[in-house]
Amino acid sequence: MLRLVVFIASVVFLGHGSAMSAVASGGTLKDLYFGEALYYAYQKEYFDAISRLDTELSQYYGLDEPNLNSLYHHIDNAEFSVGDFELYYRMHTRAGRAIKAVIEGNVDESVRNEAIYRLAKIYYQKQQPLNALHTIERLDGKVPERLRYAEPFLRAQIYMANGKFTDAINLLKDIEGADSLKGYSGYNLGVAMFQSGSEEDGIAQLGKVGQISASKDEVKAMRDKANLVLGFRLLEDEHPAEAKQYLERVRLKGPFSNKALLGAGWAAAANGEYDRALVPWTMLAERNITDKSVQEVMLGVPYAYAKLNIHGKAAVLYGKALDSYSKEIERLDSSITSIRQGNFLKAVIREELKKDKNWLVNLRELPDTPETYYLTQMMASHDFQESLKNYFDLSELEKKLEYWADYLGAYEDIIKIRAAYYEPLLPEIEAQFRALDSKMKLRLEQRDKLDKRLKKMLVSPRPDFLMTADERLMIIKISQAENNLKKRGVTDDVTRQRVARLNGVIDWNIKTEYQDRFTRATEHLQELDKHIEKLQEDYNSFVRTRQAASQSYKGYNKPIQQLRIKIDHALEKIKVLMARQGHMIEVMAINELELRRQRLEEYQVKARFAMAESYDRASKAKQEQQKEGSSQ
Amino acid sequence: MKKVIRQFFLLFCVSMMVAVVNAEQVTKEQIKGLDEQVQDIKKDVLRISAELNQLEETLLFPSNTQIAFFVSLAKGSGFEPDAIKLKLDDKDVAHHIYSYKEVEALRSGGVQRVFTGNVRRGQHSLQVSIIGKSGGSKKTDIKTFTLAKGVGPQFVEIKLNGSGIEFRDW
Repeated sequence: MLRLVVFIASVVFLGHGSAMSAVASGGTLKDLYFGEALYYAYQKEYFDAISRLDTELSQYYGLDEPNLNSLYHHIDNAEFSVGDFELYYRMHTRAGRAIKAVIEGNVDESVRNEAIYRLAKIYYQKQQPLNALHTIERLDGKVPERLRYAEPFLRAQIYMANGKFTDAINLLKDIEGADSLKGYSGYNLGVAMFQSGSEEDGIAQLGKVGQISASKDEVKAMRDKANLVLGFRLLEDEHPAEAKQYLERVRLKGPFSNKALLGAGWAAAANGEYDRALVPWTMLAERNITDKSVQEVMLGVPYAYAKLNIHGKAAVLYGKALDSYSKEIERLDSSITSIRQGNFLKAVIREELKKDKNWLVNLRELPDTPETYYLTQMMASHDFQESLKNYFDLSELEKKLEYWADYLGAYEDIIKIRAAYYEPLLPEIEAQFRALDSKMKLRLEQRDKLDKRLKKMLVSPRPDFLMTADERLMIIKISQAENNLKKRGVTDDVTRQRVARLNGVIDWNIKTEYQDRFTRATEHLQELDKHIEKLQEDYNSFVRTRQAASQSYKGYNKPIQQLRIKIDHALEKIKVLMARQGHMIEVMAINELELRRQRLEEYQVKARFAMAESYDRASKAKQEQQKEGSSQ
Repeated sequence: MKKVIRQFFLLFCVSMMVAVVNAEQVTKEQIKGLDEQVQDIKKDVLRISAELNQLEETLLFPSNTQIAFFVSLAKGSGFEPDAIKLKLDDKDVAHHIYSYKEVEALRSGGVQRVFTGNVRRGQHSLQVSIIGKSGGSKKTDIKTFTLAKGVGPQFVEIKLNGSGIEFRDW
């Protein structure tokens, strides 16, 4: 019984803990792609969430200056989130590795402590209590505020799993009042007390949890569980009157109501109050026949009638129980046959399941689906649930890979079309480009020369460099005229002075206008720079376009080929794994159903004997009545 | 009587704890071993997915022409989108009808990439039409945004709130 208590406490905790709340705690979103990963995660599309975040993280770490990237603002959160998504996608090994990398990295104390907490939680969930203990004991210093209660709660769970009940009790007492753990901490405290041998304290503690006020369904369920566990424990210790009060506190519509009704009946029966036992048992007997408690109570009800000496009714009810058991055995047989035919696995991967998570459960109500008739009972096993999820994930991966293989075909078509379009065009474009390229280089050299000259003129002015074309022409003409005059022997002063005046006018102009001319030349160069900038832009754009054109179809064959091989290889592996996982699920399901069948057969034997006995007693009672009647 | 009760009681306990003992057994080791192999194949497929994403981006959406539009919900806006339609340079490029799960994901802070495509450098007009509910009443809105596509990839966030649509060029 104690083992049962611990089992329940662990399962509840697994369902309760959620790392998702930490995912979106980064405040304002500063990276759209991180937001996109969250978008998928919030829809429980963890494969897509991991895939997107992985791509973002690998790009981030490939940057020379990652602090300039928008993911920088979320990097700690992104690292944790990818670990969280992996956990939700049941990739515990990889999640553990990612979190270990955070612990060993150069991070803040609180980030490191959060990582330690998460790693310890993984170990705990994967039933490695010693590793969990060693990990949680590495916590040192500041723990993030949001883990204020979650951390001691996990630590207490780990202590319990390692047999350190006193330490667990001390921790759980401190956090019992935390609203976020309402019901859970108190329940586990009760369990720890039982396990440490403090029977009375345990009873008082579970009794307290069994009376907490609750508005949330999960807390109500914890309250029911505390009452149920306590009730059965007291029943086992032969205190049926006390057990009854706890069992009667369990809600009639909760997940534990069937077991509680069964127990309440046995508590009354143990006190010899068979008429009172009939109240919960009759109620239970009308519920879903696939439930173990309901099947069991079908023997309980006639048993109580027999004890009340109503043997006729008891015999009839034993007969009804026999009919029900026969029908259920038939159903179990058809369920087993259908599962063996592979129908259960087909139902598990149907598309409807993605749209409605209750679809599989609803399916069992349909008459032509015997394979899922006992699904709820089979789902009670954690291993079965996990195996089912794995099978579903494998099937999803298989679909993805098949789509991707098709994509690759489409990509190859695109590449062919692009090659057919660009290949005839590119040689001509290339020739034009080369001509343009050499022209451009020449003009750029000329511009640079001008720039250098102007810069030099700032230090050593050269007015002659800024002469106009007319002035240059005039100087040439004057020089020619001077030469002609010399040849003709005209050397008189008047003529020489006239020539010198002409030269002087030009010299005067270029020297007096030098500053203006220099300014204009600089302005012209700036104007030229604008044109050159535009030209450079067009040139770059042309280069990019030309590069994009050739890159749009060149160099893809090898990666596509490699991807195809990888996809084919993964598909082969998935098919093998699906077959193995599918077989395992079928074996687990059939084993469970056969066990149920075996139990029903045992009930049948008991019911037959009890029915015969009841008939005997009923007929004896009738005979006695008749005797009494005739003697009177 | 106590004996009978104990017998039923034991049956109950056993039914809750007992492991299946039957013809073909599934051991914990087998379950664990297979689970590890499933984890390995998930890792392989994620790696393939990353490579495929990279290939898709370079082949279909090169950085010089890439443009992507993202939809987000303003915090606490109370707006629930039903459908969105996007026109880029007067051409319909995307439309989406939101499921309950998607609206919840947006509300929780997720961002939806609604369109990825290619455009040339320069000015482009993006028109967004949205239908949804705000404060229990139906709400529709249409807004246009002019974006300047540069050399690198261009991202535009379309933020929806109760009072209308906001754009942010990233």
